[in-house]
Amino acid sequence: MTASEAKAYYLTQPSAPGPEWARPVRQKALERFAALGFPTTHDEDWKYTSVEPLVKIPFAAGSGGDDGAERRIADFGVEDLTPNRLVAVDGRFSNRLARLGDLPKGVIACGLAQAMSAHRNLVEPYWTRIADYREQAFSALNTARAEDGIFLFVPAGVTLAPIQLLFISSAAEDGPTVSHPRCLVVLGRGSQATVVESYFGMRDEAYWTNAVTEIVLDDNAVFDGYKIQMESERGFHIATQEARLGRDAVFTSHSFALGAELARNDVNAAFVGEGGDCTLNGLYVTAGFQHVDNHTRIDHKQPRCTSRELYKGIMGGKSRGVFNGKIYVHAHAEKTDARQTNRNLLLSEEAWVDTKPQLEIHNNDVKCSHGSTIGQLDDDAVFFLRSRGLDLHAAIGLLTQGFANDITGRVKQAPVAEVMERKLSEKIDLMAQEKERW
Amino acid sequence: MLVIKNLHANVEGREILRGIDLTVNAGEVHAIMGPNGSGKSTLAHILAGREGYEVTEGQVLYQGKDLLAMAPEERAREGIFLAFQYPLEIPGVNTTYFLKAALNAIRKHRSQPELDAMDFLALVKEKTKLVEMDQSLLNRPINEGFSGGEKKRNEIFQMALLDPKLAILDETDSGLDIDALRVVAGGVNALRSPERAMVLITHYQRLLNYIVPDYVHVLSEGRIVKSGDKRLAQELEEKGYGWVEG
Repeated sequence: MTASEAKAYYLTQPSAPGPEWARPVRQKALERFAALGFPTTHDEDWKYTSVEPLVKIPFAAGSGGDDGAERRIADFGVEDLTPNRLVAVDGRFSNRLARLGDLPKGVIACGLAQAMSAHRNLVEPYWTRIADYREQAFSALNTARAEDGIFLFVPAGVTLAPIQLLFISSAAEDGPTVSHPRCLVVLGRGSQATVVESYFGMRDEAYWTNAVTEIVLDDNAVFDGYKIQMESERGFHIATQEARLGRDAVFTSHSFALGAELARNDVNAAFVGEGGDCTLNGLYVTAGFQHVDNHTRIDHKQPRCTSRELYKGIMGGKSRGVFNGKIYVHAHAEKTDARQTNRNLLLSEEAWVDTKPQLEIHNNDVKCSHGSTIGQLDDDAVFFLRSRGLDLHAAIGLLTQGFANDITGRVKQAPVAEVMERKLSEKIDLMAQEKERW
Repeated sequence: MLVIKNLHANVEGREILRGIDLTVNAGEVHAIMGPNGSGKSTLAHILAGREGYEVTEGQVLYQGKDLLAMAPEERAREGIFLAFQYPLEIPGVNTTYFLKAALNAIRKHRSQPELDAMDFLALVKEKTKLVEMDQSLLNRPINEGFSGGEKKRNEIFQMALLDPKLAILDETDSGLDIDALRVVAGGVNALRSPERAMVLITHYQRLLNYIVPDYVHVLSEGRIVKSGDKRLAQELEEKGYGWVEG
């Protein structure tokens, strides 16, 4: 399909209307998608990433069938990471697959469609108001098309045991499918939650995941989030995560991007109260012909907030990575303390990375820094390890793993760290073999 | 154990080694001395298998095998060890984890059973004592935040752990204060054995007050220009390198 054919195709794709109160917003979102169309590399935000491979495939709406999902969850080694879990297949909440222990009083963990009917008062003030769809075609399409999703509410003062959110694509064999997973997390004043999101497909087919996650942190709330993107090699993953931080709120996001043929991951955080603290950690590892684009934006809208960002990329084969990180310090955000670092390791001559760290500062009384590096494995280090008896493959693997270690080392949940390290070392092992051959 | 015959080597088209002949037998300690740029470190690197050197003539036999045809890791597994002049810091790579992998790769090659974590730690404990090394340093990434002396001790510790047949120490004494030098030399002396050969590469005679070599060779402009016993080192100290270069 051409871009305009694709636009027309998705504009007419049916979806359930949802509750009455949400329809005007979804209609508006559809109109915005119609006006914006798919982005091109002429758009500054999409300069390094062409969505042409995605646009030309007609993805049918996913069926949401969850047969065999249990086994797939086990295959990915994510069945026991946390005491609680919620699952959406093709964006549709699956009651059957949810596993919830004794939740503290007042906690709501359920499907988003259900929450929109039963807890409108908790959803409406935030839904679509954190992740602005008006200038983002993919978010607009998600907003218009997402029929369901996952809703998590933690009332004031409550600490919730770690919970997993699994977003699985049914990835049917009879043709490519699309899903629009949608997630809303609302943390009350002084509450605390650890959320582990995983994205993968039921089969290693071509499919498209178009996700939006909104996270609201009321004053003094603490959110520790992990996102493990393990889509199939033929999968497409476009996702936006947006967080709004109240006064003294603490938001931490760890993004691990391992899968997909084409992935674009936006993580945006905005301080709307003083004294907040935001940490964005990211690791993207690409091989073969993969393309992974990371966009982050931190809006320092209020004084005395701190942000720390470290994204690291490892690119092998003919793959391509992108990092575009923006820190925006608004005029009255004095005493902002922001630091951003992006480091990249290229394992082959044909791998490529574009890195664009950006600071935009409209206040003089701030402490801000940013920097980025692109490097290759140090030949001297490879020789040193080999001179101690390790073969070339093991030396490359060890050094590459070493490069990633300061990101994986930041994972506070031991079972999550374990699964991350395993996935990572499997992938690095393959990449080391690829490099050794090369 | 090691026979070097008429070894010529270039670096980036420039001839650095111009015909080295040297034979090292098991149990012997050889010191190779020479001024800066004489080719000492080049020789050490070629023996350990570093890339970037072009051997244009001659051969090197190690235990009767063509050493130059072997990959660096094969040499290590066959018992060659190089203590580096400038040990690298390698962030993110845990020292203990790396050494266990290295030791087990070598043990596997020698058809010895691999060590489990407990046996390995016991061995580490024993060997760190030899160089008076703080064992907690091994929980850090390789050499990260180590002082110069700690890095050199770490090299000798690795040598003790990996139990080589032929150890090549490339200017292990450079940049060490006298106390550290004594500790490092003590470690080396403890590892002298009838089965093991050592080649000490050094710029200064000072090291040889602590490690007494069986043979001393003077390298100048890529050739061994003089060989003798430990008295040669004394003579060099008194007369300077100008004596042999002239």
